[in-house]
Amino acid sequence: MIMFLAVAAALFVAILLVLIRLFAGPTVYDRVLAVNTFGTLTVLFLSLVGFIGERPDFLDIAILYALINFVSTIAILKFFRYRALGQATLNTEES
Amino acid sequence: MTKAVGLLIALFALWLALSGYFKPFLLTLGILSCLFTVYLAHRMKLLDDEAVPLQLRPALLLYWGWLGGQIFKSAVAVSRIILSRDMAISQNLVAVPCPPKTEMGHVIFANSITLTPGTITVEAANGKFLVQSLTDDGANPEGFAEMGRRVAQIEGQVK
Amino acid sequence: MDAFSLDLLRDIASGIFFVVGCGFMLVGAFGMVRLPDVWSRLHAAGVVDTVGAELILLGMAVQAGLTQATLKLALIGLFLFVTSPTATHAVANASFIAGIRPTRLRRNETADVLGDKARAEAKS
Repeated sequence: MIMFLAVAAALFVAILLVLIRLFAGPTVYDRVLAVNTFGTLTVLFLSLVGFIGERPDFLDIAILYALINFVSTIAILKFFRYRALGQATLNTEES
Repeated sequence: MTKAVGLLIALFALWLALSGYFKPFLLTLGILSCLFTVYLAHRMKLLDDEAVPLQLRPALLLYWGWLGGQIFKSAVAVSRIILSRDMAISQNLVAVPCPPKTEMGHVIFANSITLTPGTITVEAANGKFLVQSLTDDGANPEGFAEMGRRVAQIEGQVK
Repeated sequence: MDAFSLDLLRDIASGIFFVVGCGFMLVGAFGMVRLPDVWSRLHAAGVVDTVGAELILLGMAVQAGLTQATLKLALIGLFLFVTSPTATHAVANASFIAGIRPTRLRRNETADVLGDKARAEAKS
């Protein structure tokens, strides 16, 4: 148990460091990268919470968060490239 | 047909891993939903080499083991750079030839390059990858050639 | 007695995974703050995403034993293993197209890959 709490503390420090980059990042890509890493750390934190509270259901939430995190990163990048989410991407030729 | 059965088995394994219940009623529901998903995938013409990569050799697992070792080694190298006092980075954008022939091989090769800390695939064109590396060591062609050779071994033949 | 030593062994094994994983994770997060530009920070994020996350998940799997939780942890690990390089590549490609180039660039073979279009851009 004490081991999980120690890992949670380390995760907390890492999340703080990533948050610094999230707020300081000069370009939008720094921020997207920081959000992506933040998501990965959150996935780890969610699984840890499942172990600390002895509630394995949190692992399902962690799986969902891992997938949503990926999709949201791609969606944000697509938005900043094309300024639209609904249109087809411009660089793909007719296939 | 093989692809459909393969997808069905993979989907049902995923369903079992996520649910963990073995009551007959729930199992029936699970099998029905998997069958429905396979039918939808068939209707959307998704049952190809890309969605159900059965053509990959089982040596893929061995490759992942080797890749894990490479990832660990280069992660140590990157950590050393982060922690060193003067951060001796000298970034490179190098062109890397791609030995694998199939699209699946290209994807595995590019993702392997990106997974190893210290190198990132930026762009792919004309049968080559543009790879950004953090140090001069990361840009040496022998490492990429070795990885490409291993990927070409596992990619298998497309019928 | 036997069960006790097995528990101890399991704690030691997962402890090693946790310590190494947390070490890599903290170093990577520190690199996110310290490194000078987007391109080098991508590598720091790579250290967190691959080695740090996978080792911590492995430690949790050792602690859980052969249960459904281990299967789910393996699934999380697989998803991270597949999605993290794609996300990293997406960020790299987006900043490349936006015209951001690495600082202290030693060797640039962009023209070899992209062909004449990139060569024309480099000249202008």
